[in-house]
Amino acid sequence: MPPDRSTNVQHAIIRTTNVVKTFELGSHTLEVLKGISLTIAAGRYVSIMGPSGSGKSTLFNMIGGLDKPTSGKVFIDEVDIAQLDAYELAWLRCRKIGYIFQTFNLIPVMTALENVTLPMIFAGTGNDEAIERGMILLKTVGLADRFNHKPSELSGGQQQRVAVARALANGPAIILADEPTGNLDLTTGEEIINLLKQMSEERKVTIISATHDFKMLNVSDEVIWIRDGLIDKIEQRDELRISVGTIE
Amino acid sequence: MERLVALPFGKSVEIAYQSIRVRFFRSLITTLSLVLAVAFLCYVQAGNRIAEAILQTGTDAGFRTLLQAGYDVQPGDAAIGESAKQRWLVILSLLVCVVGIVNAQLMAVTERFREIGTMKCLGALDSFILRLFLLEALMQGFIGAAAGALLGAVFAVASSAVQFGALVFTALPLGGITMIILTATSTGCLLSLLGVVFPAVKAARMAPVEAMRVEE
Repeated sequence: MPPDRSTNVQHAIIRTTNVVKTFELGSHTLEVLKGISLTIAAGRYVSIMGPSGSGKSTLFNMIGGLDKPTSGKVFIDEVDIAQLDAYELAWLRCRKIGYIFQTFNLIPVMTALENVTLPMIFAGTGNDEAIERGMILLKTVGLADRFNHKPSELSGGQQQRVAVARALANGPAIILADEPTGNLDLTTGEEIINLLKQMSEERKVTIISATHDFKMLNVSDEVIWIRDGLIDKIEQRDELRISVGTIE
Repeated sequence: MERLVALPFGKSVEIAYQSIRVRFFRSLITTLSLVLAVAFLCYVQAGNRIAEAILQTGTDAGFRTLLQAGYDVQPGDAAIGESAKQRWLVILSLLVCVVGIVNAQLMAVTERFREIGTMKCLGALDSFILRLFLLEALMQGFIGAAAGALLGAVFAVASSAVQFGALVFTALPLGGITMIILTATSTGCLLSLLGVVFPAVKAARMAPVEAMRVEE
């Protein structure tokens, strides 16, 4: 796949301009993000890499509409999230963004199918249609036969698959994955990465993941390295092959 | 209006019911203080109502047994109210019960931070979370209070039977006791709701980013 950099006509799904985020820690202020401007084109698989404490998670939460910047702007699909009220933010989280967590975060009292259909219910989908679409999604992630199992009856990898299906429930434009392989072993982690890659290719959904996992680099179209609250470098896929190739 | 997330009422009842069923033991502990407090309330009121019914039979035997049992009755009395001491005990026990519910529900909210945060990430509004917690409390409250009220009434009848003998069964004021059970049950529901308000508001205001927290 050729890099999309040259064809700049592609739609920017995420755009941040000079994002600064500070936290008050007692008497002194801590500047976690020191002015980050980036653009993420629709349909790409982007990894945000960086050591812990680099501001990676803060940036990630900002992109996901979970936190608002102290100054600067974050646009999701060309909408400034600072301008949205609670209802619009909830709608955005429900319809535009799918979240995948390090700790899977399935609702423990619900079955796999109920977990997948919950966002559809929030989106106003009728029960029958939600169940039908939920089963299709579970089939896509290879868990159709376990639809009636509670999260506690599923393995970590299976739980994360259900979480992927749930993230796709309302056909989002963006999937945000926070260390999706952090609690999985090597093989299972790879399966999840491949599943995400497959979803990004088949459904043209933008995947943004914060990660420490170097396995993730192989499938990323673009890697954003964060260091000390600033963008260290942005590498495209073709550049990556070379640098990763030398490591392996 | 198109950009509005929704949670149908039927679905919220379903989710709340599931939450209670799956966490049955936890719910039981939360509800236990309510069961006891409502049982005590019902026991006191039903006991008095039974004594009153015996007084109203107007027989000498009835009057004598009441006096022997320590009731402060005069000839010609038609009603027995609860004593000041009883009233204070009941109020105190209900108060302790509400504090217990607040405590248990606050712990439940802290335990469920990830679940609540995740729901918010999936698009839940504050009001959804609030509604779920209130519904859970209402269901727990109803079941707990109903059980407590029945328990209290049964004990009241049993202890009156021991105290006054067979006289109780001829004078048993069924309608009055039913009313007392119903009032005690609704009082219990109300207390359960009262106890959950603060924890539920706290849960509803939780930020979606809480779902990302990794530590237990």
